[in-house]
Amino acid sequence: MQKEQTMINSQAPFRGLGGRKIKNNIFFYTVCILSGITMLPLFFILYELLKKGYKQFNLSLFTEVAPTSMDAMLAKMSGSDIPGGVLNGITGGLLMIGLAILIAIPVGIFVGIYLSEHAESAFAGIVRYLTDLIQGTPSIVIGIIAYAWIVKPLHSYSALAGSVALAIMMLPLVIRSTEETLKLLPVSLKEAGLALGASYTNVIFKVMLPSAFGGLFTGILLAVSRVMGETAPLMLTALGASAINWNIHRPTSAIPLLIWEFYNDPNLIDMIWSSSLLLLLLILTLNLIAKQVANKWRIQ
Amino acid sequence: MENTITNEYLLELKNVCVSYTPGKNAVNNVSAGIKENTITAIMGPSGCGKSTLLRAINRMHELYPHIKTTGEILLKGKNVLGMNPMEVRRRAGMVFQRPNPFPTMSIYDNVLAGYALNGIRLKKDEKDEIVETSLKNVALWNEVKDTMTKKGSFLSGGQQQRLCVARALALKPELLLMDEPTSALDPISTNHIEELLLELKEQYTIVIVTHNMSQAARISDYSMFMYLGDLVEYDTTTQMFTKPKNKQTEEYLTGVFG
Repeated sequence: MQKEQTMINSQAPFRGLGGRKIKNNIFFYTVCILSGITMLPLFFILYELLKKGYKQFNLSLFTEVAPTSMDAMLAKMSGSDIPGGVLNGITGGLLMIGLAILIAIPVGIFVGIYLSEHAESAFAGIVRYLTDLIQGTPSIVIGIIAYAWIVKPLHSYSALAGSVALAIMMLPLVIRSTEETLKLLPVSLKEAGLALGASYTNVIFKVMLPSAFGGLFTGILLAVSRVMGETAPLMLTALGASAINWNIHRPTSAIPLLIWEFYNDPNLIDMIWSSSLLLLLLILTLNLIAKQVANKWRIQ
Repeated sequence: MENTITNEYLLELKNVCVSYTPGKNAVNNVSAGIKENTITAIMGPSGCGKSTLLRAINRMHELYPHIKTTGEILLKGKNVLGMNPMEVRRRAGMVFQRPNPFPTMSIYDNVLAGYALNGIRLKKDEKDEIVETSLKNVALWNEVKDTMTKKGSFLSGGQQQRLCVARALALKPELLLMDEPTSALDPISTNHIEELLLELKEQYTIVIVTHNMSQAARISDYSMFMYLGDLVEYDTTTQMFTKPKNKQTEEYLTGVFG
């Protein structure tokens, strides 16, 4: 009897249940609305780019190099579309990102292996901290560094300098994704390899890295999509070029550089919409592929 | 306990100590001899050092630098602690508690993983032969011969564990170390593995850590009972299960503690 009494008493503070439900609902809908609002900018950007860029978003965007200011002015005066495209930006981007991948991936994967294999060591702690610092370094500063390291000594703006700047920006992402993925692998996998008498190196390269492939690949794709839109470091290193260039020692263009050039030229300014749309679509596609790969190759 | 050490042993442990923290032995001064073509079961309650002792034999502890192993572990009269760890591990195959086939490799490649990881190149017919013999050895051949190219992780737990035994056997080890190989398996798969071990005894020497006393009684010729890092009793399995010399052993076997 005594017990029952105390139970009823202890429920007394729960009287205002109706009020709680309202609070709950308010909170729930606030969260929903705010989440919806965060998606709006992307939709507005896409809408804006589609509206203004669809006219220029044609085959010649992919097959022709950037028009000169004069060509664009003449086309405008005759009332036709601006001729030309961003082919020199596409090829320049491929060249520089390709080279950046060649630099950043081996270095990034090796550092990632070190960090996951010697997670506890003091040096690993320092490396991890510095990696975070690189990630936080403004891209223009990285551009200045690449300028001082490569453009200055070689006396020329070049695709190589651009690649180095991009590679430095990719490094933290590749390092971290390698480290995190390798840490997720069960230790039994490593032990199984070693128990067969395999060398440590072989276990890392033939067992651990292949098993971590999905995570590594996702990390690389995200790193590429991160640097794909970088403009500032390229302005100081690759400079830009009006023709297609495959020579790593010569100035080279990239889509974001072209967008900047178009923006600065009143005759070409209409081109910014289609080229921005292209760049955004490329980055979105890469992100989607990265998501798919991450899902498909998830570590069981 | 005393063990006269002669050349009749394939594996001899002399005063083996393993410590995770300095001054505190997880395996304390264990000496024992293991004969060729026998199954030796290591029993004991959790944390008594059974797995630690087993992993000292193929030097798996070296993955973790804080673990120290002292004493002598003689494989055919040669101290494994002085050998190249890769050679030791090739000669003493290991099967783990949980089946751990390599997830990126096919069934076929899993069996041959020992060769691939050691950089040993084989001709196609040599490979086929090794895969077939190893899988027949573990009675898995008939179940997987048509699905060789599938990933090893598609198999059931029991099949995966047999695949892991096949992977260890493919390297033709002198000694097979098994760390509770059936504790993650259902009774039927366990039964398969036990039958398999009895057949493998003809060609191999097996040391198996087990929690399961009836398993030890069913398959082993010799049994070790360990408690708190000490080797309390080591005898033929029949002797130990019928007339244990030590009181602790008797209490453990009859379920008084453990």
